[in-house]
Amino acid sequence: MAEWWLYGPRDLLLFAPRTYYRLFELYNLELWPLQLLALALGTTVLVLWRRGGARAGRAIAAILLLCWLWVAWGFHWQRYASINLAAGYFALAFVAQALLLLWLGVLRGRLAPAPATRLQQRAGLILVLFALLGFPLLGPLLGRSWTQAEVFGMAPDPTALATLGVLLLAGGRPAWGLWPLPVAWCLVSGTTLWAMEAPDFALAPLAALLAVGLAAGGAARRSR
Amino acid sequence: MGPPLQITRRRLLGALAALALLGPRLAPAREDGPATRPIPSSGERLPLVGLGSWITFNVGDDRAARDACAEVMANFFRAGGQLIDSSPMYGSAQEVIGYGLAKLGHPARLFSADKVWIADGAAGRRQMETSRQRWGIPRFDLLQVHNLLAWPAHLPTLFAMKAAGQLRYVGITTSHGHRHDEMARIMASQPLDFVQLTYNLVDREVEQRLLPLARERGIAVIVNRPFQRGALLSKLGRQPLPAWAGEIDCTSWAQFALKFVISHPDVTCAISATSRVDHVLENLGTATGALPDQAMRSRMAALAARL
Repeated sequence: MAEWWLYGPRDLLLFAPRTYYRLFELYNLELWPLQLLALALGTTVLVLWRRGGARAGRAIAAILLLCWLWVAWGFHWQRYASINLAAGYFALAFVAQALLLLWLGVLRGRLAPAPATRLQQRAGLILVLFALLGFPLLGPLLGRSWTQAEVFGMAPDPTALATLGVLLLAGGRPAWGLWPLPVAWCLVSGTTLWAMEAPDFALAPLAALLAVGLAAGGAARRSR
Repeated sequence: MGPPLQITRRRLLGALAALALLGPRLAPAREDGPATRPIPSSGERLPLVGLGSWITFNVGDDRAARDACAEVMANFFRAGGQLIDSSPMYGSAQEVIGYGLAKLGHPARLFSADKVWIADGAAGRRQMETSRQRWGIPRFDLLQVHNLLAWPAHLPTLFAMKAAGQLRYVGITTSHGHRHDEMARIMASQPLDFVQLTYNLVDREVEQRLLPLARERGIAVIVNRPFQRGALLSKLGRQPLPAWAGEIDCTSWAQFALKFVISHPDVTCAISATSRVDHVLENLGTATGALPDQAMRSRMAALAARL
C-alpha cells in the first residue's frame, strides 16, 4: 500500500481477534505436550541464575537462543505468516535476536548473573516469573480458553518478556545489543493488541519500557 | 389482417431487453433475489450488495474457520449474491475464497473481483496469476489497482489483459477517503469500468465529485466500508432505531446504513465483509426491500450527522 502513514494501526489490522487467538489454540493443541518442555526450560533458566557464574550465563543464553529460534520458525514462519503478511519479517527479527544471543551471550558470556541493583534483581525475577507463570494465565483470566494460553519458549510475548527479565538479572554489565529486539517486539505486539481492542494491550509494552528504565537507571548509577 | 402475433422465446427476450433499456436503472428485487444495477460499460447487472473479505476471511489454515467462511459464501450465493471482492493484501483471504468456491462446486453466478497490489509494475502479472490460482478460477471478472499503488504501470497491463480476453473489467480502488484527487484524475483520463471507494452515512465526500464523475464517465462504483468497519454501527447502536426506518423496511441499524449507501443512484454495489451467515443474509436482504428516496436519504443523513 502506498502512503502507509495515512493509515492507523487499526486500518492495517489484517485479522480478527478471534482468528489471532485461535492461532494459539491450534498451535498448542498440535504441539502438546511441548509446552511442558518449554516451561521446564524456563525453570532451568531460574535455577541457573540461582547457581550463578559464567557457565550458567552461557547456558541461559543458549536456552533463550533456542526459544527465539523456535518462535521464529514454529510460530512466526509456520503459523502467524498465514494471517499476517509481516510475520516473515518478525521471523527474521527473532532469528537475528537468536544470533545476538549466540554472539553476546554464549560466545562472549555477557549474560552471566552479575550483581545488579536490588531493584533490578527483583524486577528481573518478577518479569521472568510473570513470563513463565503469569502470562499463560492472562487469557483464561480475560475469558479466553486455556487452550489459547501463550507459553514461554513457544509464543513471542512471554519469550521476549522473559529475555528482558534475564537481561535485568544480568544487569551488572548490560549487554545493550540484546535489548532492542525484545523491546521492539513488545511494542509491536502491544500495538497489534491495541488494534484488536484487547484489554491487556499495554502490558508487554509497559513491562518492556519499565525494564529499559531500570536498566538505564542502574547503568547511570554505576557510571557515577 | 395480418397473421396473429406469435410470442416466441426470442421475441419475448427482445421485448424484455427493450423494456430494460427504457426503464429505470434500478431493477426491482425479484422474489428470489436482491435488486440489481447495470455496469455502465456493458449493461451486465450486478446485485446491489456484494461480499467483502477484508479481515473476516483471513483465517489462515484453520479448517473449521474456512468451513465457516464457505458457509457464508454458500448462503450469499443462495440469497442471490454474486460479487465477491478480495486482494493479495488480505492475508489468506484469497485462499479461503478458493477453498469455499471449490467446496461449493464453483457457483456459476460468481462475479470475481480482486486487485493487484505491488509497487513493482513488472511483477503485477505474476501477482495476478498467483491470485487467480488461489481463487481456482479460469479468469477474474474484475481486477482493480489496489489503493492506486503503481497505477501507471498496472493499468496498461490490465487493459491489455482485458483486450486479450483474460479479464472482463478493469478498475481502481481507494479507501478511507484517501487520494480522491488522484482518483478523479485517473477516472477522467482512463477508460475504467469500475472504481471502488469508501462511502457511508458519515463519509460522504464522494457525493460531491467522484460519484458524479463516475456517472458522467460511465464507470461502475463499488462501495467499501459501508459500516466504517463496524464503528458506524457502534455509534448508531447507542440509540434506538427510529420508527420511520420501518418505511424503508429497515429492522436494524446495519440495514439502515446499507440502504443509505445502495440507494445512491450512482452506486452499483456495496461490499460488506462478514464471517456470519445471519449478517450476510441481513446484508443481502437490504437490497430486496424498499429503498429510500431522496427525501428519506436526507433524513437519514441528518440523523447520522447528529451523532
